[in-house]
Amino acid sequence: MALLQISEPGQSSAPHQHRLAVGIDLGTTNSLVATMRSGVAAVLPDEQGRPLLPSIVRFLADGRTEVGYAAQAHFADDPKSTIASVKRFMGRGLKDVAYVENSPYDFVDAPGMVQVRTAAGVKSPVEVSAEILKTLRRRAEQSLGGELAGAVITVPAYFDDAQRQATKDAATLAGLNVLRLLNEPTAAAIAYGLENAAEGIYAVFDLGGGTFDLSILKLSRGVFEVVATSGDAALGGDDFDHRVFCWALEEAKLPPLGARDTRLLYGKAREAKEALTLHGEAPLTARLSGGEFIDLKLTTETFCRISQHLVQKTLGPTRKALRDAGLAVEDIKGVVMVGGATRMPQIQRAVAEFFRRDPLNNLDPDKVVALGAAMQANVLAGNKPQGEDWLLLDVIPLSLGMETMGGLVERIIPRNSTIPTARAQEFTTYKDGQTGMSFHVVQGERELVSDCRSLARFELKGIPPMVAGAGRVRVTFQVDADGLLSVAAREATTGAEASVTVKPSYGLSDADIERMLRDSYEHARDDMHARALQEHRVEGERLAAAVRAAMRADGAMLEPGEGAEIERLLAALQAVLGGSDHRAIKQASDALNRATEPFAARRMDASVRRALSGKRIASLDA
Amino acid sequence: MSNHFELFGLEPAYALDGAALEQAYRDIQSKIHPDRFAHAGDAERRASMQWTTRVNEAFRVLKDPVQRAKYLLELNGVDVAFETNTSMPAEFLMQQLELREALELAAAERDAGALDRLRLMLRAERVALEAALADRIDAARDYSAAAGLTRKLMFLGKLDAEIAAAYAELEA
Repeated sequence: MALLQISEPGQSSAPHQHRLAVGIDLGTTNSLVATMRSGVAAVLPDEQGRPLLPSIVRFLADGRTEVGYAAQAHFADDPKSTIASVKRFMGRGLKDVAYVENSPYDFVDAPGMVQVRTAAGVKSPVEVSAEILKTLRRRAEQSLGGELAGAVITVPAYFDDAQRQATKDAATLAGLNVLRLLNEPTAAAIAYGLENAAEGIYAVFDLGGGTFDLSILKLSRGVFEVVATSGDAALGGDDFDHRVFCWALEEAKLPPLGARDTRLLYGKAREAKEALTLHGEAPLTARLSGGEFIDLKLTTETFCRISQHLVQKTLGPTRKALRDAGLAVEDIKGVVMVGGATRMPQIQRAVAEFFRRDPLNNLDPDKVVALGAAMQANVLAGNKPQGEDWLLLDVIPLSLGMETMGGLVERIIPRNSTIPTARAQEFTTYKDGQTGMSFHVVQGERELVSDCRSLARFELKGIPPMVAGAGRVRVTFQVDADGLLSVAAREATTGAEASVTVKPSYGLSDADIERMLRDSYEHARDDMHARALQEHRVEGERLAAAVRAAMRADGAMLEPGEGAEIERLLAALQAVLGGSDHRAIKQASDALNRATEPFAARRMDASVRRALSGKRIASLDA
Repeated sequence: MSNHFELFGLEPAYALDGAALEQAYRDIQSKIHPDRFAHAGDAERRASMQWTTRVNEAFRVLKDPVQRAKYLLELNGVDVAFETNTSMPAEFLMQQLELREALELAAAERDAGALDRLRLMLRAERVALEAALADRIDAARDYSAAAGLTRKLMFLGKLDAEIAAAYAELEA
């Protein structure tokens, strides 16, 4: 290896170790976990060989939880404590939740995110989702025979910051190391693109149980580039069930039903809907708790009529994505269908009509997202050698902005910006002697703050008193590769600095997460200390290996004395790694991280130069 | 690597080889993107995010006709003063007024065909303006004329956004 050659990421000169990594599709209706085995992505089934895990969690009074099929069995008889479609509540307040009147839950309108009172106490959607993730994690660890190095968790592309943060919090709570939050249609595009060696512009039409995404991607030579994305975070198969449910109520002239009967009829409505995929009509029969017998027949014709507006609702975002991409229907080479709800014939027809071509249905719409996530997890874990991997360029789905005078939104980062991205804006003081400034961060496309989603409010204090307009506060929005936002404000005119970084208020605070973690471990009689020790050890070992590889590859880039200092900190980390003090390991890791920052920056710099080496390097000074 | 053009190894010019820009962007991204460092240490992950953010920003500016013009003028020390200098030739303003009236009419009558025609016309105007900008900046180095053209291009950009909003309204 040439002395100045930077080692390729994931390809250290140390013997390569395969890291266990999985992709998880945390769906509204069903969830899946998949991994790469002998070069092929495969869904990991449960012990009974079932690939899907129904996204249903039941909380029992004794503190136990049931997840999946076991919980589904009590869907109708224990409606209040058996939570389904929890994804609809992630990062959402009570006023945002659809069909509250038909939900059997005992909602608690907590600040930020709605919660549900169950037999085991009040549960946040994050905790409910974490139960699903824990079940999948156990399934994967048993099946793969080891601890997971990390997971890619998929989210609807149209999820806003609050919903993404909630998902990441749930993964943390489930003890998963999140390698990346990956947009569902993007995951599907990876699976489809690699499977079919696709090149060109493709649309992914992803209608799941509770969310709709439409992404347009440019696929070319190992690059997956999202050009535009649009959707509806509250539109999915559930809404079609709801239409059938309402139709049945009306046809059978039923009075408002109790929680059990509502659940029962919902289940029957879904069964009838699914039967229509293969047949022209389906029976819908049920015996209610009062003894009434419902005996209806749902025909394809009726179903199409009552769900027509839902089908139409998918076309608005589809047009918007095309417009944002500056493309016409003719430019689209193929439409990949994703999500169980795309099995409905009227959806297939509407998509075919709109794009004037038959949609692509050659991948299992239930599994394709998990498979794509597994492929990406394998790349992120560093298991794929350079050259065989690919580059993924994704975007944020919704614009980010700040409230200004009169309740108007000042857009800071527009939707469809490629991530990671950052943008700064300067705000000036408007009063003499003003020492504080308050900020309101929002997400959405509308002009009025009241029509957008409020993400966070914060205040910057300690501005030195000046005349109006002289105090300048620079606010920086940074969106990371997971699509998550952090905001920092800094007053710098006088050299006096004040800065603050906020985490969106819809997410849980670190203290909340810690409390939930503690609760869950106490419950499982697990040892939180052992867990922390294990995590910090893995993290510390990973860091030490990465730093050593970097030193070997680019030792020549070290400044005088820098190498010795890093060696010293490496030795210090090594000395505590075998011990049982997790705080000491964390401190040693942090110190090593800090000390290697300039070195890492120099290596990245060299990487950029090397990428441009050859004909273009002439204009760069070395 | 002090400016966006140098970052991608390109000569600073308005008439840009889009394919070369895109290739350079992808070459760099494939080395520094956070996906390459998902399993690395904090320091490297942070450096990767900062670099990728910078590269994305540079790419965004260079591939956008208005942003690229503004950026080149800035590099050449020309204060384009877009916020304060709104004086435009009367003829151009008249034309803008007419276009806006046509847009309002099309929106009120929910006439998608008229919106399509307006959009096509606007696109042709923009292409012509971009060609004129390349001539002023790259060949003549007449930056004050270029600033005027850039302001026109921004006007058209705003109109385009309004047309997009009208489409959205139509489809709602």
